[in-house]
Amino acid sequence: MRKYRWLVLLVVSLLLVSTAVAGCGKPKVIKIASVSPLSGAQSSMGEAMKLGVQMAIDENKDKFKKLGYDLQFTPQDDQADPKVGVSVAEKLIADKDILLVIGHLNSSVAIPSSEVYAKDNLTMISPANTNPKVTDRNLPNVNRVCGRDDFQGPWGARYAVETLKVKSVFVIHDKTTYGQGVADEFRKKAEALGVKVLGFEGITQGEVDFSAVLNQVKVKKPDLIYFGGMFPEAGQILKQAREKKIGAYFMGADGLDDKGLIDIAGKDAVGVVYSTAAGDVTKSEVGRNFAANYKAKFGKEVGAYSAQAYDSANIGLLALEAAIKANNGKKPTRAQVSTETRKVKYTGILGPVAFDSKGDNINAKIYIFEIKEAKYPGTLAAELSGKP
Amino acid sequence: MSESLAMLPQVIIDGLTLGFVYALVALGYTMVYGVLEFINFAHSEIFMVGAFAGTEALLILQSTGALAALPPFVSLVIALLFGMIVAGLLAAGMERVAYRPLRGAPRLVPLISAIGVSFFLQDAVRLFEGLWRNAFYLTTPVLYRQTLRFSNVDIQIRTLILVGVCLVIMFGLTTFVNRTKLGRALRAVAQDQATASIMGVNVNFMITMTFLIGGALGGAAGVLFAMQYTLIHPYVGFILGIKAFTAAVFGGIGNIPGAMLGGVLLGMVESLGSAYLGILTHGAFGAEYKDVFAFVILILVLIVKPSGLLGETISEKA
Repeated sequence: MRKYRWLVLLVVSLLLVSTAVAGCGKPKVIKIASVSPLSGAQSSMGEAMKLGVQMAIDENKDKFKKLGYDLQFTPQDDQADPKVGVSVAEKLIADKDILLVIGHLNSSVAIPSSEVYAKDNLTMISPANTNPKVTDRNLPNVNRVCGRDDFQGPWGARYAVETLKVKSVFVIHDKTTYGQGVADEFRKKAEALGVKVLGFEGITQGEVDFSAVLNQVKVKKPDLIYFGGMFPEAGQILKQAREKKIGAYFMGADGLDDKGLIDIAGKDAVGVVYSTAAGDVTKSEVGRNFAANYKAKFGKEVGAYSAQAYDSANIGLLALEAAIKANNGKKPTRAQVSTETRKVKYTGILGPVAFDSKGDNINAKIYIFEIKEAKYPGTLAAELSGKP
Repeated sequence: MSESLAMLPQVIIDGLTLGFVYALVALGYTMVYGVLEFINFAHSEIFMVGAFAGTEALLILQSTGALAALPPFVSLVIALLFGMIVAGLLAAGMERVAYRPLRGAPRLVPLISAIGVSFFLQDAVRLFEGLWRNAFYLTTPVLYRQTLRFSNVDIQIRTLILVGVCLVIMFGLTTFVNRTKLGRALRAVAQDQATASIMGVNVNFMITMTFLIGGALGGAAGVLFAMQYTLIHPYVGFILGIKAFTAAVFGGIGNIPGAMLGGVLLGMVESLGSAYLGILTHGAFGAEYKDVFAFVILILVLIVKPSGLLGETISEKA
């Protein structure tokens, strides 16, 4: 046995020496993380986000190699769970090579996680978090390219009144930061526009029987059901509502913006109207090219937030590049990247992006889609910007 | 007020539907508890596996075109049997692997093992469905689309089937436990394992039987649930399992008719709660408080009658 121990020691020390030698010649490492749900109910949306980021990084690898940096991508899974999100954030903040985070999908996860990033001023650019609190806390490191729920909900309400001509509405939400938040904003604007709100009820995420709430909807006969929440519950509510012969319009926000809605609700999804902060990539030449490249690279269709994730990553990379140059080619600090991010002016797939002092995109738009046949995505019905 | 009364029959029917699912799952908890005095927390995942097995059976029938060719009743029976067999065997296997080696250990040890099995099954199904269909959600094909209408009440045919099958299963189980020789052996094991084994009852066999039957019931509940609500995912058992366990405690854990009563009552309370809380309190408490409402009632019942509605006070075993 004793002989072997020496042998093991020898091998280990050789390995150590060889890695140390190899390390000298290698370029310095910069890591970029994406954080989104890669497992669980919302993994389809999270995966689409991750691939958007990956695409941007792969395209920029050579550019950074010339600057002397090896760009590495570490996709992380937050399981759409605030607790997991925070522990992932702690892990990321501990790794000093990580200079940029693109994420998250859910506002309820992004808000506590971004508090962790803020401890070391680690830049977070969000492609998808629409809750007002994400940027209203004025954290220097938090930015988003998408719109806000206090734009999305009210625009939905205006669309419902002006285009769908509804007079009464029943609001259902899933009690999450995002779902209840957007439903609240919708309700406020709807009331201000003179719509009668017949009910405001919460359901539990993960349940599949919503007949009790729908019985209330049925006797109150609203013109519209507004749902603040994600597509699995939306699809199920929709299906059960149609089974109960409730013919009201069905409207929701960007939580409905996923192919899963069609998979779950099938033909019942026809007629659904949803607002989203993610635009239609097929509207522009750049967008169509992006979608084609994405398909060729990953073998999948683009998801709701792929393009926004791609744009977010590109903005982050521009900021990184600027920070490296400002630092005379030396590896910048997290704070430098964070300052540069706010200065970036960029025109991406979905239009121009520039951040205000809170980190909101001053050019963010809200899009209204209608599902005309049982397929994803729906048809773009309106493109809105500014305050509703 | 008149419109809220008008929906009452519908609310009761929806509550009954949910209640029967709870009851069927609660039976699995209560049977194992009755025999082993141990709460099998993995039962909610047995339910979920049953739901997936039944749905897979229907999806495979659908893809081979057999679903359209066969009468819906035959497909229903195939799905139910398949779900029951898979879930029953899984439960029995689980007992063999995860519980039997811990038979003599302190009470808490098999409980932890059950929680472990529960996590394992959730993620195993998620992995399997991810590889097999690249899906998280499965949509169960609908066998019966018809709806019966009585003035303002809709009853779906599949709801009637769900209630009917539940009643048949419950009746069968009660007969089995009370009127057959095996049932008597089961009760003997429940009363006192050592004495039962002296009397020539094969205790291990009876415990395996308990898990097999309890698992098959959970599987049947899963298939019926999938057919009724047509959407399942690997974590679907979690909330439902907690509710069914509550129902079992509500009715008196270890007591078979108690589990049925508890399930149906809990379903009703929940349905009534989410339909009327908002109306009765003028919006101060909405449907989101239905679980609070249901659990307050549970606590009140347990304060008055700690052994549950039909539970007998069992003296500590010597």
